[in-house]
Order: sequence, then structure tokens, then C-alpha cells
Amino acid sequence: MLKRTLLALPLVALLSSSLLAGCDDKKETAAKPQEKILRVGTNPTFAPFEFQGKDAELTGFDMDLIRAIGKQMGYKVELHNLAFDGLIPAIATGNIDMAIAGMTINEDRKKQVNFSVPYYTSGLIILVNPDNNEVKSLDDLKGKRIGVQLGTTGAFKAATVPDAKVVTFNNSDEQFLELSNKGVDACINDHPVVAYYLVQGGKGKMIGNVMEEESYGIALKKGNDELTKKVNDAIAELKKNGEFDKIHKKWFGA
Amino acid sequence: MSIDLDFDLIIDNLPLLLKGAAVTLEITALSVGIGLLIGMVVGIARLSNFKAIRWLAGIYVDFIRGTPLLVQIFLVYFALPKILGMRIDPFFAAVAACSINSGAYVAEIFRSGIQSIDKGQFEASRALGLNWFQSMKFVIMPQAFKRIIPPLGNEFIAMLKDSSLVSVIGFEELTRTGQMIISRTYAVFEVWMVVAILYLIMTLCISRLVAVLEKRFNTSKR
Repeated sequence: MLKRTLLALPLVALLSSSLLAGCDDKKETAAKPQEKILRVGTNPTFAPFEFQGKDAELTGFDMDLIRAIGKQMGYKVELHNLAFDGLIPAIATGNIDMAIAGMTINEDRKKQVNFSVPYYTSGLIILVNPDNNEVKSLDDLKGKRIGVQLGTTGAFKAATVPDAKVVTFNNSDEQFLELSNKGVDACINDHPVVAYYLVQGGKGKMIGNVMEEESYGIALKKGNDELTKKVNDAIAELKKNGEFDKIHKKWFGA
Repeated sequence: MSIDLDFDLIIDNLPLLLKGAAVTLEITALSVGIGLLIGMVVGIARLSNFKAIRWLAGIYVDFIRGTPLLVQIFLVYFALPKILGMRIDPFFAAVAACSINSGAYVAEIFRSGIQSIDKGQFEASRALGLNWFQSMKFVIMPQAFKRIIPPLGNEFIAMLKDSSLVSVIGFEELTRTGQMIISRTYAVFEVWMVVAILYLIMTLCISRLVAVLEKRFNTSKR
């Protein structure tokens, strides 16, 4: 008798939990049939564009911008936290509608996704440890270890350095951590992100000039021209009514 | 709906993926090998007559089994250098984290294998004048060995798959190699399919090997 009760217990637990889970779903979809949701993917390890704020909410220039765009379009923005190199595949499969993640518009990516109009202009910079006086330019990185974030233009740039060992990380902060642990000789990442890291107290120094002029865009599903147009119209409207400048000033002081 | 498989892409990148698979096998073999040595010592320590030794071994096993391997890898690779003040080689960190992890699970395999041997065996060998070490070495361990082989084989297979976690420190084993190819080519479906198949081939081979070993050691018993 006891044995049978004990056997039945986990079965009952499993069944009741699946029933409860089913209940929740029905309630949610029933309550919000009118709300249009924009599922936006991002990789919040890229301050000041997207990062985890003190209260665990995703914050940053990109985050403020996408929320403003969503509001302008009349959609509710639902943020999804993904690895950077997982963003474009997620758009392709339809897991997310778009991605905003300091993503540079380039030819390779344009083959996979639609891009909005550029909303920020940036470039790449090399970061080394404060006590490193050897490395002064990209050429000095020959044969060295370079830390990068997987799938970024910084990674592609590092791949062009002859004989360099490129070490890939999923997140921006991990590559900086690796540099401070002396696991790599330098990092290559987007200039504003490196600058912000140093301003926040990160140890290191930027060397050389800003490389590659790059424009960030919002990535959307390839061929989804309707949504792309809506996003572009929203950005244009935000630039017109001053919202865009307000957000830019908040994060970049100008 | 059709799935267009880019076979050319698969063939072009196969050498890279095979290299990644070789690295996976290498760190798995090393980790389980070292884990075996650690596990043997700790497993027996768990059965020691000395409370202090039992207690220390218990802490090690509880900590490792109670924390995710991913967190252990982060601790070894990112946190430890901060304490030591020097960098740790990725290969060393990967093998260290996986060995220490494997060691705890192997310890439990050894402990339960030894404890499954009838207590009468130990009592009889002691009665015959063998001390604790001799009893273990000549009577208990040889019998426990047969029972330990299947779970050890499982541990090897589990570690082979868990080794994919070292991809987070950028270590270029099979999973990381797959991610790197995808970041270049965006061929998500093709690459992950091939990676999965490669893992499957490796684990199936090991399963076969373990089955052969089991048969070999069972012929002595009727």
C-alpha cells in the first residue's frame, strides 16, 4: 500500500504541474489579444549600448532607443538575452523579430538579415594592459594573443592579423577579464564600449587609431521589408521630434 | 518547405570539425584518466576509519557534485588567476576543471562499488590476517572492479558531452569549433547537425568499448 502511494506521488506531481503550466498559458493569451509584441534580441554585455543595470533591468543606449522605437510604432518591446553570435540565427528562425546589439552593418550580415537605417557610427579600437609598452598598433599584434567577442567585427579584424592567436568569448566582459588576467595580450572591440569600460574604472589603455568606420543597425528577418520600413519610419520620427537626440545626449553627453 | 543542405560547406569545414572532435577526445581522456586516479583515492578515503579523512573527502565530493561544471570552469579559468595573480593556460584550466569534476563522480562510483561487496569478504580477509590495505588490494578491489566498469563507462561518456562546456572559455573543442564556423558562415543547421553526429559517433564507440570490457571481465565469473 505504502509502496504504491510512493510510486504514485511523483506521477501526480508531474501531471499536476503540467496541468498548471497549461492553465497559465491559456490565461496569458486570452488576456492580451490586442497587444502587438516586438521580440527583440540583444547581448547585454556591451555597455553603454546594452548592459544589466543595477536593478537587473536591461539598460543602455540601444535599450532606450528600442523602447522608444517600440513606443513610436505602438508595439510592446520584449527583450531577449542571447549570445551575440546567436542573434542572427535567432532572427533567421523567427525566435526573435529583430536584434539591437551594437551590430555593425556589413556585406556578410546583409546577406543574412535586413538592416534598419544606421543609427550610430563607431569604429574598432585595440585595448592593452596599462603596463604594456610593446604594442603600439595593429601590426605589433603579429604573433600575439588577441581576445575578441565571437561573431563581432572585432573578431573579424583580429582574424586578419598574421600569426595571431585569436581567443573568442561569448561576452564582452569576459574578453576584458581575460586581458586583466593576462590571458591575452590585447582585445579588439568597439571604441565606445572600450571607452566606457575605462571610464567605469577598467584597467587598460587604448592604443592606435580608431579603425574601420562602422555603422550600427537593427537587424531584422531577411525579406521582412514591411517591418524594416516601420522601424526606419520610427527612427526618422524620433530624430525629427528630438527623442533620438535626447537619448544620445543621455549616454554620450552630446 | 524544403531544407537546402549546403553539402559543400560541410565538406569544406569537416577537417576543422574533426580537429575539434580530436581535441574533445583528448581533454575527455585526460580528464577521466586523472579523474580516475583522484576518484580512486577519494572513494577509498570516504570509507576510511579516520574521521578527518572521511570528512575531507566528503567535502570535496559534496562541493563538486553540488555545483554546476560550468560554474567550476568559470571559477578555475576566470576567478583563480585573480587569486594567484597569474594567468592559467586554457588547456590546463579545461583539463583541471574537468578532472576535478570527474574525480568526485568517480569517487562515488568507487565507493558504492566497494560497498556493494559483501561485508563478509572483508571480515573473512581480516580474519585470515590481512590488514586493511591488503584486504582492499587483494580481496575487495578486484571484486569491486567488475561492478565499477559500467558506471565508469557512463562517466566517460558523460564527460565527453560535458566537455562541450569548456567552449565558454574559448577553448577550441568540437562545440566551440562549431560556433566559430557558424559565426563565419551562418550555416546553423548544417554545422550543428554534423557536430551532433560527431559527438554521437564518439559516444557510440565508447559504449561499444565499455560493452566489450564488461564481457571480458565477466567471463571469469559464471
